[in-house]
Amino acid sequence: MGSRSGPEAEGVNVREPTSEPGAAFLRAGRFFRPGTPAPDLHSVRLTGGREADAFYRDRWSHDKVVYSTHGVNCTGSCRWKVFVKDGVITWETQATDYPSVGPDRPEYEPRGCPRGAAFSWYTYSPTRVRYPYVRGVLLELYREARARLGDPVAAWAELTGDPERRRAYQRARGKGGLVRAGWDEAVEIVAAAHVHTVKAYGPDRIAGFSPIPAMSIVSHAAGARFHSLIGAAMLSFYDWYADLPVASPQVFGDQTDVPESGDWWDAAYLMMWGSNVPVTRTPDAHWMAEARYRGQKVVAVSPDYADNTKFADEWLHPHPGTDGALALAMGHVILREFFVERTTPFFDDYVRRFTDLPFLVTLGERDGAFTPAKFLRAADLGDTGEGAAWKLAVLDEATGRPAVPNGSLGFRWTASGEGRWNLDLQGLRPRLTLYGEAAATPVEVLLPRFDTDGGEHGQGRGDTVRRGVPALRLEGGALVTTVYDLLLAQYGVGREGLPGRWPASYDDPDTPGTPAWQERHTSVPAAQAARVAREFARTAEESRGRCMILMGAGTNHWFHSETIYRAFLALLALTGCQGRNGGGWAHYVGQEKCRPITGWATLAGALDWSRPPRQAIGTGWFFLHTDQWRYDTYPADVLASPLGTGRFRGLATVDLLARSARLGWMPSYPTFDRNPLDLADEARALGRDPEDHVVAELRAGRLKFACEDPDDPANWPRVLTLWRANLLGSSAKGAEYFTRHLLGTHSSLRAREAGEDVRPRDVRWHARAPEGKVDLLLSLDFRMTSSTLLSDVVLPAATWYEKHDLSSTDMHPYVHSFAPAVDPPWQARTDFDAFHAIAARFSELAHGHLDTRHDLVATALQHDTPGETAQPGGTDLDWRDGACEPVPGATMPNLAVVERDYTAVAAKMASLGPLAERLGLPAKGVVLHPEEEIEQLKARNGVVRGGPADGRPALDTAVKACDTVLALSGTTNGRLATQGFHTLERRTGRELAHLAAEHEGRRISYADTQAAPAPVITSPEWSGSESGGRRYSPFTLNTEHLKPWHTLSGRQHFFVDHDWMHELGEALPVYRPPLDIHRLFGEPALGADGHKEVTVRYLTPHNKWSIHSEYQDNLLMLALSRGGQVIWMSAEDAAAIGVADNDWIEAVNRNGVVVARAVVSHRMPPGTVYMHHAQERTVNVPRAETGGRRGGIHNSLTRVLLKPTHLIGGYAQLSWAFNYLGPTGNQRDEVTVIRRRRQEVRY
Amino acid sequence: MRVMAQLAMVMNLDKCIGCHTCSVTCKQTWTNRQGTEYVWFNNVETRPGLGYPRRYEDQDKWRGGWRLDRRGRLRLRQGGRLHKLASIFANPVMPTLQDYYEPWTYDYRALTDAPLGEDYPVARPHSLITGRPMAVEWSPNWDDDLGGAPEHAAADPNVERLRKEVGERIRFQYEQSFMFYLPRICEHCLNPACAAACPSGAIYKRAEDGIVLVDQDGCRGWRQCVTGCPYKKIYFNHRTGKAEKCTFCYPRTEVGLPTVCSETCVGRLRYLGVLLYDADRVTAAASVADEHDLYEAQLGVFLDPEDPETRRAAERDGVPHDWIEAARRSPVHALISTYRVALPLHPEYRTLPMVWYIPPLSPVVEEVAAAGHDGEDAGNLFGAIDALRIPVDYLAGLFTAGDPGPVRAALDRLAAMRAHMRAVNLGRDPDPAAAEAVGLDATSIEDLFRLLAIAKYEDRY
Repeated sequence: MGSRSGPEAEGVNVREPTSEPGAAFLRAGRFFRPGTPAPDLHSVRLTGGREADAFYRDRWSHDKVVYSTHGVNCTGSCRWKVFVKDGVITWETQATDYPSVGPDRPEYEPRGCPRGAAFSWYTYSPTRVRYPYVRGVLLELYREARARLGDPVAAWAELTGDPERRRAYQRARGKGGLVRAGWDEAVEIVAAAHVHTVKAYGPDRIAGFSPIPAMSIVSHAAGARFHSLIGAAMLSFYDWYADLPVASPQVFGDQTDVPESGDWWDAAYLMMWGSNVPVTRTPDAHWMAEARYRGQKVVAVSPDYADNTKFADEWLHPHPGTDGALALAMGHVILREFFVERTTPFFDDYVRRFTDLPFLVTLGERDGAFTPAKFLRAADLGDTGEGAAWKLAVLDEATGRPAVPNGSLGFRWTASGEGRWNLDLQGLRPRLTLYGEAAATPVEVLLPRFDTDGGEHGQGRGDTVRRGVPALRLEGGALVTTVYDLLLAQYGVGREGLPGRWPASYDDPDTPGTPAWQERHTSVPAAQAARVAREFARTAEESRGRCMILMGAGTNHWFHSETIYRAFLALLALTGCQGRNGGGWAHYVGQEKCRPITGWATLAGALDWSRPPRQAIGTGWFFLHTDQWRYDTYPADVLASPLGTGRFRGLATVDLLARSARLGWMPSYPTFDRNPLDLADEARALGRDPEDHVVAELRAGRLKFACEDPDDPANWPRVLTLWRANLLGSSAKGAEYFTRHLLGTHSSLRAREAGEDVRPRDVRWHARAPEGKVDLLLSLDFRMTSSTLLSDVVLPAATWYEKHDLSSTDMHPYVHSFAPAVDPPWQARTDFDAFHAIAARFSELAHGHLDTRHDLVATALQHDTPGETAQPGGTDLDWRDGACEPVPGATMPNLAVVERDYTAVAAKMASLGPLAERLGLPAKGVVLHPEEEIEQLKARNGVVRGGPADGRPALDTAVKACDTVLALSGTTNGRLATQGFHTLERRTGRELAHLAAEHEGRRISYADTQAAPAPVITSPEWSGSESGGRRYSPFTLNTEHLKPWHTLSGRQHFFVDHDWMHELGEALPVYRPPLDIHRLFGEPALGADGHKEVTVRYLTPHNKWSIHSEYQDNLLMLALSRGGQVIWMSAEDAAAIGVADNDWIEAVNRNGVVVARAVVSHRMPPGTVYMHHAQERTVNVPRAETGGRRGGIHNSLTRVLLKPTHLIGGYAQLSWAFNYLGPTGNQRDEVTVIRRRRQEVRY
Repeated sequence: MRVMAQLAMVMNLDKCIGCHTCSVTCKQTWTNRQGTEYVWFNNVETRPGLGYPRRYEDQDKWRGGWRLDRRGRLRLRQGGRLHKLASIFANPVMPTLQDYYEPWTYDYRALTDAPLGEDYPVARPHSLITGRPMAVEWSPNWDDDLGGAPEHAAADPNVERLRKEVGERIRFQYEQSFMFYLPRICEHCLNPACAAACPSGAIYKRAEDGIVLVDQDGCRGWRQCVTGCPYKKIYFNHRTGKAEKCTFCYPRTEVGLPTVCSETCVGRLRYLGVLLYDADRVTAAASVADEHDLYEAQLGVFLDPEDPETRRAAERDGVPHDWIEAARRSPVHALISTYRVALPLHPEYRTLPMVWYIPPLSPVVEEVAAAGHDGEDAGNLFGAIDALRIPVDYLAGLFTAGDPGPVRAALDRLAAMRAHMRAVNLGRDPDPAAAEAVGLDATSIEDLFRLLAIAKYEDRY
């Protein structure tokens, strides 16, 4: 566009042509009016008269522009210009100053979406929390007790110790009646509650919930640091949100690592599978639109005609939740046509080097045939050296004998493994198949299937298939085959001469694996499935691995999602697409990559002062403490494989959770039925080693795990703090269980509890479930949400335009900053300042109540530490049953004693502690040593003088915290990245440090991130390379530099051999249909009842007009949508119950009730409704006809269902780490009844 | 020849993701104030759909734009000067608030201030006009993303027309679903009906850049412009009693910044640029007899900035040199005139609109592929256009007064570009036949690719 020199004082006034009636006026008029008419009199040229246009120039004028971003859980991390005039934020527009990603590709500018563009509405909106609030009932009780007793802690102890007073304010939760309080008073109540709880019950009875550190790193770390310092538990969120793809730890040994959106451009074939990119990845969608112009073929897979299908060349619409069948059939076609019928050299080479397909698996006898058992290990071959139980074997093509290549876990933590933990085959060529091997003989294997009715196992759907594999009897007696041979059997790809039942052709509809079989389950035409598979593989071959599957919550929030994902990942690994630019999985579900992760982890876990922190599995915590386990009306073995051994028989799911905690697999807080401070004291008093004391007490049966009796008041969580989170309006699966049991207030829960026949065996059942476990629910927010409405204390938080902070995401490679455009208005404070205020008062009140105590901390066996080799063989030996001895750190949790000076919490929060350099900083199995950085931070941030933190670098402002995070992370500090790589080089024996060498001298500071988006540095904290300005794609370090994946084999896993994986029948990729809620819980069967009700699948995909609950109450977003809660339904379902567009309807199931307007659309498939995620009850929600209470949130109709395989731990990649592995809070399998309700509504 | 310069916009609908960021940033910047609560200078419509205000394209009802009289001369559809004089105090063809929507808010304070009660506090909707509680039953974007729901789609004037002409070809069923988005701002027409309709002479088209504005001092609130504009992009501010409209962000464009809607477009689909046109040819172009000729006629009004004679005439007529240079570099000129992939919106309104659209290409190959053909092979490519999910006829109703030819030609070019670039991407030799079939060659097709796909900031604006 041309520049110009300013407004010219001229205009053209267009007039009508000369011959119409009235033209005479015009002709005459030119003598009376100024201006020069055009020759045709069609227009007249006037001069001047523009004075009033100043209005729009004034409107546009502003005083300053501040760069900030939005700290919302959306993966956007977009850079925005915030406009300020007269000290007031006026509006925002996107920044366009992203560093270029190269001359031959589109840029990241501008990043943003309508939600972000509407954010400034919140600043001065009437829903803004302006002051601290406390529920009036509580405040009066507290003031009275405080005045009488003089001591805040004593006051809190007394009023919560009195059942009547306690219930009085608990019952008032969510019913209005909040009153203003001053900051000092509100903080005192909060601090007193914390001190009392630590003292009376233990610090592990306190929990904090604040998700997605990356979305505002310092705000998260501030609160997490406070919790970590006092010994409270931080709850995980990624698994709780069901965003964690459990397949990723299973297959890759990685939490999640995905390409930045700029890498979509590199893909030659893009499948969007359950991910509605324009809606959920709005700032990134342009890459997808633009890459099509580069000839990228785009396929959308979604049950509805979703927004992204508009861009797709093909739309596949499987029935919801059946995607795994489609992916398996595609794998069937690829295996047949690209592996069996011909060898595709590119694929063949890839799977031998980078997957477990060539590894040998032992076969065990079963019912006259065999079943796959375990990987063959070096120990099975007589190796008695270190790590032999963790070294896996292949068959050497040259010798025909087993060989142990480098790279498996046995090389990772052993002294002898140094320099050998790599994927260098050193000339060894492993056999992919034993087919054709002279010594091999065909044997029949039994494999589970879950797609049929009948059979005594698993939802009444278990059955087996019998197929042949070539097997070899080794010296020593083990019968083995390869993972590849098992995979062909599993996928139903037969080969001449192998026994068993195989599909005759692609058209065989009865046998699992074929295109026709998948059509029966998914409705996707068999020919289309086969064609897409063929195109996919051909393109991968031709482009050398540039096929990408962009997968989303639509396929990831199911109970059996990891089976769906493993079938996807198989397609990518078979075709050599993983670890490539333009290829591989692109899982974008709630994953916001905290790029400066080590610095964040240090601050958030207070690892600089004390280790280990308490980090809990969110789903397990909520499942227990909201008592949802009491409503499991089916036994745990209902999901077991027909080939299982019955190890879950007689158990409830909660029993498995307790076992997982007992065995050290998953962390569990509160851990014991005793205050951990008292446990440490007892040991000291007895002069015993604390570990020995705990083991002795456990053995004697005097000490129990709290999760074995979660309803005992001694084991309740007592304080829960929410910040940067709206748990109760958003992620609280089973929202009505939360309000009844955790909070003790009104609820629309209608479910029945488990009958006596299916109650837990190991976990104690109380006749009556407790109501109101938590003494204090605190939230910090800038707007009124379902959570603040339920909170006892609400503190006014600063918005994202009112604070300093950092943000990053997986979608782009930059670190962004927040900066205050204005100071927090009214009495708002930043999270950083609020938690420092709480810590200060807490430390004061700790004098005399707590002082210095010792805390016995139990943690799980952890991934990326030697703890992942604690339990060889992947078994579940339970010391409680006498199967083994209770040994901390081996057969049960790690135990550690942490000294806590509770009076020094504030001082420690505000300074960087000495363990940072003394112990170094852990980063995925590598230790970073920040001695130099500590000295620089002292110079930059200043040094604390006097007190417990004397001489340490100051951390007393958010900017200092930002700079500390950046200084302590490899991605933002080239020296640490290089040092980390050098450490890794010693272990792998492969050159790596050159990847960061180009940036070794680079130190990204907060100021840098303010000046412009700061691109990050290649670091061992992640698995891909950005060297030379390349687009980030995960696992390129593995494929290009032969660094192993963090798995048992060091490769990507098709086969996962833990006992519990076998028990569930999921050792190999397999199709598991959605849960049958009708059979499990007695909900009506799907379909219309003929007049008033229709039962439908209930899905909660992400909303176009909000990101979780954020923006859902924003007036601009409400104006652009329907002004309140809606449920999308098909025209057919609407017609079945006489519902018209925008009618009020009710959705009812055992979990709760929702009142919403109907959106009737032919875009929706019959039998399925969408209630978009996190529609809150704060705006335009009337009372329900059913039950008469306020309608619920989207999660009022859901609840948590734990899957046992998510609880596995202590075994290679199946080991716990925070947000890395844990049970998911899946919610997609649910159904609901929809009714048309009375159209007159009452609020 | 009388050369004038015009700032114009092209939106590539093929890239529009329907996110409405443009609507929000525009609203936040310009119309989030009293009197304009219901006003969206920029809005985005899902098509098929009713639009905002509802059914604004039904000119039989709203009588916007121009028509030809029996003698082939342009007349405002709303009636002539005398007619307007007669109806000046009670203009009968104005959309009511119900046709736009009744703006509302919520009593959010109830969430904080609610006394202790029996249930969750809730914020109820209240009208921003009357202040009374209301039920939300329409919004500026009510049928968003519906692809024309069964209840609303049939009322889309374009669908009505198609059903009349070609029967029931468009069905609103699950497997036949299709949709696309149509972002709209003021068209800043060369032949603006709003200006002609204004009894006060308060609407003017700026000589230097063609932006159409309402003089806020001159406006007397007669609202004839609201009727006159067939795109319904002039709004009545009920507080000031004046008309307001999209200003093409002149306070920004005057200092070299793109419009808010353009710069904040995360689909990166908006292009801004200068066009040179011959003001003497405007009336004739707007007056061609056959509606199908209006597209070509308007193209004929535009001048080629590479033509030395045009440049001389432009200098003569006072177009600054840097504007002439800008016209040469103009992506809008390239997309409209060079590559002919952009088309005007409803040329049959005869206003010669200056915001043009690249029609949406996708999805293209599904039905063809299902029949066993590879839709991306050059041989099948153009046949596939007729198998589009979005019927070409529907697009033609929007962009070419129903003539499918130019729409198909634009789509053919996009498809050919894709086929060519796929070959390049995979390291094959592109088949020159595809490019030749659409009148391009490898070089020009790669230039078009650069403009549409790479689309750097400095190439878009």
